[in-house]
Amino acid sequence: MSYQKYYVPEQSKFPIYAATALFLLVMGAAGTINDLGKPSSNSVYILYSGFAVFAATLYFWFRTVIREHIAGLDSAQLQKSFVFGMGWFIFSEVMFFAAFFGALFYVRNFSVPWLGGDGEKGLANMLWEGFEASWPVMSTPDAGSAYVLADKNMSWPGWGNALKWLPLWNTIVLLSSSVTVHFAHLALKNDNKKSFNIWLGITVTLALIFVGLQAAEYYEAYAHYGLTLNSGIYGSTFFMLTGFHGFHVMMGGFMLAVMLSRSVFYNHFDPHSHFGFEAASWYWHFVDVVWVMLFLFVYIL
Amino acid sequence: MSAVIESHNHDDHHHGPAKGLTRWLYTTNHKDIGTLYLWFSFAMFLIGGAMAMVIRAELFQPGMQIVEPEFYNQMLTLHGLIMVFGAVMPAFVGLANWLVPMMVGAPDMALPRMNNLSFWILPFAFFVLLSSLFMEGGAPNFGWTFYAPLSTTYAPPSVTFFIFSVHIMGASSIMGSINVIVTIMNMRAPGMTLMKMPLFVWSWLITAYLLIAVMPVLAGAVTMMLMDIHFGTSFFNAAGGGDPVLFQHIFWFFGHPEVYIMILPAFGIASHIIETFSRKQLFGYASMVWAMASIAILSFVVWAHHMFTVGLPLAAELFFMWATMLIAVPTGVKVFNWVTTMFKGSITYETPMLFAIAFVVLFTIGGFSGLMLAITPADFQYHDTYFVVAHFHYVLVPGSIFSIMAAVYYWIPKWTGNMYDERLGKLHFWLSFIGVNVTFFPQHWIGLAGMPRRIPDYALQFADWNMISSVGAFLFGASQILFLFIVVKTVMGGKKATPEVWEGSRGLEWTVESPAPYHTFTTPPKVS
Repeated sequence: MSYQKYYVPEQSKFPIYAATALFLLVMGAAGTINDLGKPSSNSVYILYSGFAVFAATLYFWFRTVIREHIAGLDSAQLQKSFVFGMGWFIFSEVMFFAAFFGALFYVRNFSVPWLGGDGEKGLANMLWEGFEASWPVMSTPDAGSAYVLADKNMSWPGWGNALKWLPLWNTIVLLSSSVTVHFAHLALKNDNKKSFNIWLGITVTLALIFVGLQAAEYYEAYAHYGLTLNSGIYGSTFFMLTGFHGFHVMMGGFMLAVMLSRSVFYNHFDPHSHFGFEAASWYWHFVDVVWVMLFLFVYIL
Repeated sequence: MSAVIESHNHDDHHHGPAKGLTRWLYTTNHKDIGTLYLWFSFAMFLIGGAMAMVIRAELFQPGMQIVEPEFYNQMLTLHGLIMVFGAVMPAFVGLANWLVPMMVGAPDMALPRMNNLSFWILPFAFFVLLSSLFMEGGAPNFGWTFYAPLSTTYAPPSVTFFIFSVHIMGASSIMGSINVIVTIMNMRAPGMTLMKMPLFVWSWLITAYLLIAVMPVLAGAVTMMLMDIHFGTSFFNAAGGGDPVLFQHIFWFFGHPEVYIMILPAFGIASHIIETFSRKQLFGYASMVWAMASIAILSFVVWAHHMFTVGLPLAAELFFMWATMLIAVPTGVKVFNWVTTMFKGSITYETPMLFAIAFVVLFTIGGFSGLMLAITPADFQYHDTYFVVAHFHYVLVPGSIFSIMAAVYYWIPKWTGNMYDERLGKLHFWLSFIGVNVTFFPQHWIGLAGMPRRIPDYALQFADWNMISSVGAFLFGASQILFLFIVVKTVMGGKKATPEVWEGSRGLEWTVESPAPYHTFTTPPKVS
């Protein structure tokens, strides 16, 4: 086996631009959040400029990597580095969600029952006597003196109302999209680009539908359920988990949309070499698995 | 600027570094990036050290002399954050950058551009963190563990900047770790099987895994803080059904693996140095690997030993006590292996070896005080006293930091091509060794006698040992200026180093010239 040289790029301006963009993003974001409600704040422009620099840097950075690939600069070994890299990145995302799921399990199994007087640390009930633990927590321990209590929650409404229950449709949409993205992959492996584009297009459409349904659900929560970030630990965990998941759906959907446009407009990808698409589809499956966990632990159980 | 870019398309990979500032801004070379990390870490070490000097100056005598209590708290917090995230971690990443590709026979890190991004995030992140000193309400003042509600309900406004700074530090660590893992998994020279890898490489493989597993959890924790502070959630507020103790659980689920992140690479370094200067093969290579892997896995199930006094259920107190004590087993394996390696060796005591032996002895002292703290009922007494401060400073200063200094003396001839000044190196070692023990050993006693940590003033009976501790701290701090001088002197010139540098050195990095050429192993060497 002959050895192919590992491609080490000479120098690159992208990293320092990306680091500068992150600097502007965090200064802008922190300034904006600290100045919420103050009309004279200009921090939001720093945030926007950071976002613009970041987006532009990523665009040109990925364009360069794609061009290097087309020019044949990357050896099989380098491509394997991308595969490993994406795998470990997804692992880091798993651990990010693990923090929020861990918080959910902890409050459901320990702190809320303790506040309600059950279990080994049930002494905590002395803080707010009369608080009764239940999940979802509809009345906060302080009975809404610092928090706004919700009227309704998002839990399983029973079989009679199942078809009018948005999370079920969300689940159907997202699980289907995992199947369609797999069909797209199979089509690509069979060298059927047309079928690939169609299945990938359907996947991106399903992603958009999911985000739309999620937005509708949030609207319902805020407008008709009284369920907000401010309604105690149930609202906190509900919006944190579904919100970060929704954000990841948007990222994953955007990645797939980029892959679709690369395929449609530039005829990228061939049956043997399409890791850009594969990475995006891995990410999509990951987002899907997170949703299944959410559906189980946030909505059903 | 543009002159540098023109070289971009050249096919010749054997030229040297670019000239000027842009060499460092645009570089993709693992040696350049390693150098950047190491210098950055040294700068942070001096800044964090200066804050420690403020702390020790205030504690020199009982009563309030130099700073306001509010400012003392800011110094305390920033000292911890800077030393952990700015000094120790980047120093190890810098060593990984310099050494891992050379040790496994790779041409560079696996993803060189991302490598540069990992570094350049750090100066910005610490600029954001340090700029909080000049903000309204001052810098973060809630300790490096930033427990809620101190860091949420009662935090200064700059906490938002702290949160975002932690976010991008985490991004830097995750990218850096992905790079290390991929380099090790994918770029080893043919013939280098996993169980033939140098131990420093093994230690970093495990460290990088820990980093990728826990930095996102830290990001989750600070995100929940951000939501609690600004967007009305109640994760850490019992009035809304949350729990401030939840913060501690999440923080220490990150925090305990984090402390092993700061010691595992030190294990790797000590193994190399002790092997070289004992002129013997390392005793128990395979058990060293398994010990590190065991420590890493155990690190995920011991976190609540930091929280024995918050009111955990009894079952949790017992579980976390036993799990914690279990760590003594693999750690003991490592210490015995180092001692056995030295046994009947032809030992010489060059500066790296002195630091390495001091590392083994003093780290073991820190480990033993850790065992004392692991005993739940005893911890009720020790918790949040200076005994804890003494414990973790023993594992971090003569542990992690001595190992970093040992590594610098050991590999600097390879990096610069020049030998350091042995007499000055030994002087630096002895000043540091005496300084560190005079600083931290008495803190065991004042801690056991009941002096609480994180206070700017204390009861009169602690006065004498605090004064001695401060004197030791000033000595240790001042001797690091000598370290800076030695490093600069070595970079500028000195006796030329041979490729193998040390008589008993083993490993691929000693097969290339000193200084190591800008590009090493563009074709991989064969490892038999």
